[in-house]
Amino acid sequence: MSAPSSSSLSIRDLHASIGDKPILKGLTLDIPKGEVHAIMGKNGAGKSTLAKIMAGHPDYNVTSGDVLLDGESILGLEPDVRARLGLFLAFQYPMEIPGVTIANFIRAALQARLPEGEELEATDYYAKLYAKMDALSVPRNFTSRSVNEGFSGGEKKRCEILQMAMLEPSYAVLDETDSGLDIDALKIVSAGVNALRGPNIGMLIITHYQRLLDYIVPDKVHVMSEGRIIHSGDKDLALKLESLGYDWVEKEYGESSTKAA
Amino acid sequence: MSTETKPDIDIDRSAGDFRYEMDYAYDAGVGLTEATIDYISDVKDDPDWVRAFRKEGYRKFLEKPMPTHWATKDLESIVFENIRYYLSQGQIPKRTWDEVPDDIKKTFERLGIPEQERKFLAGVEAQFDSEAAYSNIKAAVGEQGVIFVGSSEGLKEHPEIFKKWFGKVIPSGDNKFSALNSAVFSGGSFIYVPPGVKVKHPLQAYFRINAQNFGQFERTLIIADEGAELTYMEGCTAPKFETATLHSAVVELVAMKGAKIQYITVQNWSSNVFNLVTKRGIAHEDAEVKWIDCNIGSRLTMKYPGVVMKGKGARGEVVSIALAGDGQHQDTGAKMIHAADNTTSNIISKSISLGTGRSTYRGMVHVPKHLKGCKNNTECDALLINSHSRTDTYPAISVRGQGNAVQHEASVSQISAEQIFYMQQRGLSEAAAMSLAVNGFVNDLVQQFPMEYSVELKRLIDLEMEGSVG
Repeated sequence: MSAPSSSSLSIRDLHASIGDKPILKGLTLDIPKGEVHAIMGKNGAGKSTLAKIMAGHPDYNVTSGDVLLDGESILGLEPDVRARLGLFLAFQYPMEIPGVTIANFIRAALQARLPEGEELEATDYYAKLYAKMDALSVPRNFTSRSVNEGFSGGEKKRCEILQMAMLEPSYAVLDETDSGLDIDALKIVSAGVNALRGPNIGMLIITHYQRLLDYIVPDKVHVMSEGRIIHSGDKDLALKLESLGYDWVEKEYGESSTKAA
Repeated sequence: MSTETKPDIDIDRSAGDFRYEMDYAYDAGVGLTEATIDYISDVKDDPDWVRAFRKEGYRKFLEKPMPTHWATKDLESIVFENIRYYLSQGQIPKRTWDEVPDDIKKTFERLGIPEQERKFLAGVEAQFDSEAAYSNIKAAVGEQGVIFVGSSEGLKEHPEIFKKWFGKVIPSGDNKFSALNSAVFSGGSFIYVPPGVKVKHPLQAYFRINAQNFGQFERTLIIADEGAELTYMEGCTAPKFETATLHSAVVELVAMKGAKIQYITVQNWSSNVFNLVTKRGIAHEDAEVKWIDCNIGSRLTMKYPGVVMKGKGARGEVVSIALAGDGQHQDTGAKMIHAADNTTSNIISKSISLGTGRSTYRGMVHVPKHLKGCKNNTECDALLINSHSRTDTYPAISVRGQGNAVQHEASVSQISAEQIFYMQQRGLSEAAAMSLAVNGFVNDLVQQFPMEYSVELKRLIDLEMEGSVG
């Protein structure tokens, strides 16, 4: 096991449960800045749970292991502290916040990152917001709509990527960002994500289908099963999974086979 | 603010929680008897008819039962014998801030009143305990014939208008507290807007309680003559005391044919003030009366602004926001009395209950059988923050006859843990997330407030939310 890089999002032998039920069973993963990794796996493999645990969802208990952001443990920190340290989660099911406009929501989030007494410059903020919205083909009148309220699936996902673009995280976890998207929306969202790729961000893309990875080509692909990463490879692994299915990889690398090896 | 280093005051996080020691020139003492009423009448040099009106009010106050059976037992905690009914340093309001005694002036400066006046108001009245310390109207507005004075001055200087409407919209025997107000009223505004005059900027009154064990009983009468338009705003604060304080106002509005009155309240009394206020307007033909009412503070507020739609085509509206914090009870609502054909009323009420706070919506819509073409829309939404917060809705809608339409919607919602997690994931602290969600809940109503007030409202909500999450 390699030592966690000081410039990575690093999950070390993580065990976590909800109530008495173990969900993560020794998961290890290292996402260096500048890389895009994908986690694939069957429904129920614990992929979305992993995302929520990293973000600090209060329903889950971490029983052992660690999550390090640039070498510092973030376990035990409030979700908002983790966020301000640079961790972003694009939700599979983004929540509606009635009466809070997108413009005000993102503004409040950016304001929360400023030192006390410092005010966000409104003109610069709107210039940046409009530029990012244009790039994601989000109509400008969305700024005055309430966060996710009455949005279509595609609009919600675009709005997640818009927030990511505005908040400029150093690590982003995209949880099933492709679910519920038609092909046009998928292309727009993928283009938005690709535009954010670069040496200053590490991304973890959680997906069930390899379709998304045609548009966001990952540096590495990991297969998750029963709360662990059972196999890793390059982007061709996703294609192989697509044609051979998850049963193949679980048989080859899963619980029983690792024990045998 | 510049006065925060003064040693003679204690400051809390809320801007209204401070007080200065006062020497009162006029003090009616503790408790209420006929002698108290005579004292007040003597100090104010009341005309005989006003003294008689007070005595009549006092008699009705003694007769009327407490409305505890339908609201709350907490009303029984008011000990009328322990209250001071009249306190003032002088009964003539000043026309310039320079003439206002220093200790009173610094109170209003801390509350930002002179600054707001310069910025966006057409006139200001600032009441300190029983009397207005300052009352002034911008020259241009006065030249249009608009009268904006205290109630004492109104009844003396303009009896021909004052007497015609005073006590007519809300008879002194309407309820126990309107009777009490009739007996001991002091302060409040008298406004008359002549036909066709549209006052562009709001007139504002600010009510400040400084004394402990005190009762403030202002009386406001606003008349908008045919086709006239006016926006009136009132703000109120008091420092926190150990003992209960009473605020019991009566506000009467008269909108003549085609007139429009908008009356805006931002109530932020401290948590020991019983706020028991009777507010009602009459809308004549094609006139409009709109109450925008925001209740954030007080221990118990009971207030149901009403509109009597007396002329054809009249409109009545109540938009209200109530925030019941820990230990508070906001019992608010609206009364819409349709008394002519084709009248329209609209009630939108949003309440937020925090901690052990309780908010109650109490509404009454009345459309008698002989009327046609009347419409009412009622929406009341409640937001509960904690599991032990409480909300109740008591709508009483009586609509008779054919061709009248009524619509009622009510909802109760909670801010979910998932919503808070989502907002926290964007970097907002739990309290900030909660504040944002609460502000979002009332956002559509807050936008109806003038900008300066909506900013203040947001700040007040943020302050209330700060202590509410653990």
